[in-house]
Amino acid sequence: MGTATLPPPLTKKDFQTDQEVRWCPGCGDYAILSAVQSVFPELGIKRENFVVVSGIGCSSRFPYYMNTFGFHTIHGRAPAVATGIKAINPDLEVWVATGDGDALSIGGNHTIHMLRRNVGIKVLLFNNKIYGLTKGQYSPTSEFNKKTKSTPFGSVDRPFNPMSLAIGAEATFVARSVDVFQGHLKETLKLAAAHKGSAFVEILQNCNIFNDGAWFSLTERDARSEHVMQLEHGKPLVFGKNRDKGIRRKSDGDIEVVQLGNGITESDLVVHDAHHPRPSYAFLLSHMEHRPGFPTPIGVFRAWDDLPRYEDVMNQQIKDVLAKRGRGDLGKLLRAGDTWEVK
Amino acid sequence: MSTLAEVPPVKNKREVLDQAVIRFAGDSGDGMQITGSQFTNTAALYGNDIATFPDYPAEIRAPAGTIPGVSGFQLHFSSNEVYTPGDAIDVLIAMNPAALKVNIADLKANGILIVNSDSFKEGDLRKAQMTSNPLEDHSLDKFRLFSVELERLTRRSLEHLGLDAKSMDRCKNFFALGMCYWLYNRSMDPTVRWIGDKFKNKPLLVEANKLALKGGYSYCEATEAFQISYEIPPAQLTPGLYRSMSGNQALALGFVTAAQKSGLTLFQGSYPITPASDILHELSQYKDFGVMTFQAEDEIAAVTSAIGAAYAGALAITTTSGPGMALKTEAIGLAVAVEIPLVICDIQRGGPSTGLPTKTEQADLLQALFGRNSEAPIPVLAASTPADCFWVAIEACRIAVKYMVPVIILSDGYLANGAEPWRIPELSDIPEIPVKFATDPLTFLPYKRDPHTLARPWAVPGTPGLEHRIGGLEKQDPTGNINYEPLNHENMVRIRAAKVAAVAQDIPNVLPAGDPEGDLLIVAWGSTCGSITAALKAQRAKGRKIGHLHLRHLNPLPSNLGDVLKRYKRVLVPELNMGQLLWVLRAKFLVDAVGLNKIQGRPFKQAELEQKIEEMLGL
Repeated sequence: MGTATLPPPLTKKDFQTDQEVRWCPGCGDYAILSAVQSVFPELGIKRENFVVVSGIGCSSRFPYYMNTFGFHTIHGRAPAVATGIKAINPDLEVWVATGDGDALSIGGNHTIHMLRRNVGIKVLLFNNKIYGLTKGQYSPTSEFNKKTKSTPFGSVDRPFNPMSLAIGAEATFVARSVDVFQGHLKETLKLAAAHKGSAFVEILQNCNIFNDGAWFSLTERDARSEHVMQLEHGKPLVFGKNRDKGIRRKSDGDIEVVQLGNGITESDLVVHDAHHPRPSYAFLLSHMEHRPGFPTPIGVFRAWDDLPRYEDVMNQQIKDVLAKRGRGDLGKLLRAGDTWEVK
Repeated sequence: MSTLAEVPPVKNKREVLDQAVIRFAGDSGDGMQITGSQFTNTAALYGNDIATFPDYPAEIRAPAGTIPGVSGFQLHFSSNEVYTPGDAIDVLIAMNPAALKVNIADLKANGILIVNSDSFKEGDLRKAQMTSNPLEDHSLDKFRLFSVELERLTRRSLEHLGLDAKSMDRCKNFFALGMCYWLYNRSMDPTVRWIGDKFKNKPLLVEANKLALKGGYSYCEATEAFQISYEIPPAQLTPGLYRSMSGNQALALGFVTAAQKSGLTLFQGSYPITPASDILHELSQYKDFGVMTFQAEDEIAAVTSAIGAAYAGALAITTTSGPGMALKTEAIGLAVAVEIPLVICDIQRGGPSTGLPTKTEQADLLQALFGRNSEAPIPVLAASTPADCFWVAIEACRIAVKYMVPVIILSDGYLANGAEPWRIPELSDIPEIPVKFATDPLTFLPYKRDPHTLARPWAVPGTPGLEHRIGGLEKQDPTGNINYEPLNHENMVRIRAAKVAAVAQDIPNVLPAGDPEGDLLIVAWGSTCGSITAALKAQRAKGRKIGHLHLRHLNPLPSNLGDVLKRYKRVLVPELNMGQLLWVLRAKFLVDAVGLNKIQGRPFKQAELEQKIEEMLGL
């Protein structure tokens, strides 16, 4: 009995490239890069089967720093390029690195169509609520009345909520994490990797040059526990520094924030169900942060993996036709229909 | 009067002709395209040479009976070779006053005019903005007018089937077709077979359409309406097996063939657009050839998904028309920068903007050559006839994978929808398309080039040890790392240009048709080939020393083109645009070429070309 020699397990180092990383010092992207490089070796996937695809923007430099196959494409189009890759080779592990401008503004169309098709692509949306690479214009996630270089009197756009958009497009995996919550980020990335269909992960990311502190209300030590609600499947929706607040269903189907105690216990609260086949509950969750007194949820909003992947359906349809008709005969195809002989 | 009555009608007089041009015209809901296609198929099967010109409105159903709603299908069939659908028509079938008004100017004097007299009521005339009834006011006296109650007669043929009036009226085009079959002594069998197949789940409609067809035929037989019928014997084409072929169909079959010859999976990313959608319809049927079609969310996703597929190792194509080309521009530039194989088909139509969606034009040449930011040269090919689309598709794929480069194919609405007999090739006569994927990590560099073609390696994801990064940022030669150094950029721009220029080594020297030197050389490209061939033949028969060069390769141009231009006193460049190839030739060869330009959404007539030729020859 010969024993097959297993290749040494991959490490974080195997996913680092020799290219100098050119993000600004202090940028949240470094933390995301580090988390991804830590998670990839743990997925049990051969390095040559990873493809990292990106569009344009600071976040989209990501592939150059990952020692995998990488494709830095054009602005907004990464999901469409990635769809072509997956269609031809469904075995590849394709991750898209994108930003709030790339995915939600110029590439909004591709993002929603990739999600509704459930192409097995993992999307990391670096949301810093600003255009960084073009030096500081407001983005589709910037808050109303945002003062930037292009909006000196305040922006008059209402922002997109990336979670609501993805859920509205019927994405089968929707999650949110934060650049500086390294442990949570890695866990979220692993859950995304384990999902078969489209996985959409919004990562709240700080641009310390053009929009410093955009997420401080969530990431500063005190704020974190007070304003962030961590979603866990099967657990009640609890938040607050002393874990003394929660989310309760109202009789009209809406939700409200309640103070625990005085007869209100965790058993009165909504129990998080990420696996619900319908997206309406996840949508309700995604919208609560806009309401006064409500927390901002992080974690997995929705993970419903019963829908087949687009690339599999596409390839299966070809296999089915091949099984039914047999391999096509090109000579016959060219001679198909009415023909006549000239002698 | 009495003398006329004494002459007995000539029974079944049959005249042998060498060619005829017939046009079916009606409302866009009258089934004129089907009627024309059926006559075409029957003529082709009989062995005539054919050329067709389907001409239909952009509106699916413009208001019934109005001028904008007129749809036409013209067929030229002959016992000789034909090159064009014909300038003037011998037989016009007009289903309503609007169809008559739009088409009557093209009918030859003494030509046969069949009209549906049931649709010449006052209201019908008003919709066509006619003040008097042409069937009564002698305005049609110079034609042989056959006023036929198509609706009443069709209904009478079908009355026992129990169909409603509307369904019966829908069959009247087949009644008219039956009449034409009688007129040209054609078998109804191919159309009867087609009806059976088309309506196979609706036996009542099979019966109704067959009865209408046979009703039209019997009507002519019984009433001796025409008193004469015609015979057009088969043409003497090159021996072989033939089928009727449209340009879009030929492109689709060419791509399937190229996929088989290269051993690659064919991937088509496309977004529906007139007149290119039929390529998607066609290829989506060929799953048993492993063909993968992707109807994308927009034109940009159509091309970028194809870029992704090519990156992953597929033979990737995207198909569109002018407005879609405009949207794909940035992505094509990406394909230039990352140097991957991709074929882009532009089935041109009238523009700018939405323009004339269903009409033909050749005005995207400069867009194909130059329509990208910065220095981004691309090989550009143009098909000259519907069947030529097959060969151009294969040639484009061969160049794309050999040189690792995106290639543009220019076709147009006229080629896309027009049909001609196609001699079916032997598969063994079509050369293989060699493809080599990079596999060796020890020698691999992303931009290390083949010294002969300058192609970089095709390294597909999933290949162990070849992990590398590509993208739209400027690369360092040959590592592929991002590089902004001035001299590296100039070097890379020049390499990409040299690579496209190197394609010329695969282009055979061109040899003009007609005279190899002389007074006039006609240089052209694309769908004008047929009209120019016909004009050339007619002019040379008059002893004029003319040559015709029809370019398939528009970038790079054939190496000997400059020499050929010098062998003639003058150069004429006819184009369905404002003079785009003309501009290229003048710029590149400092030749004082002259343009003939038509921008009417219609092909050249032979007479228009002959007139210009004679003018240039000082005649």
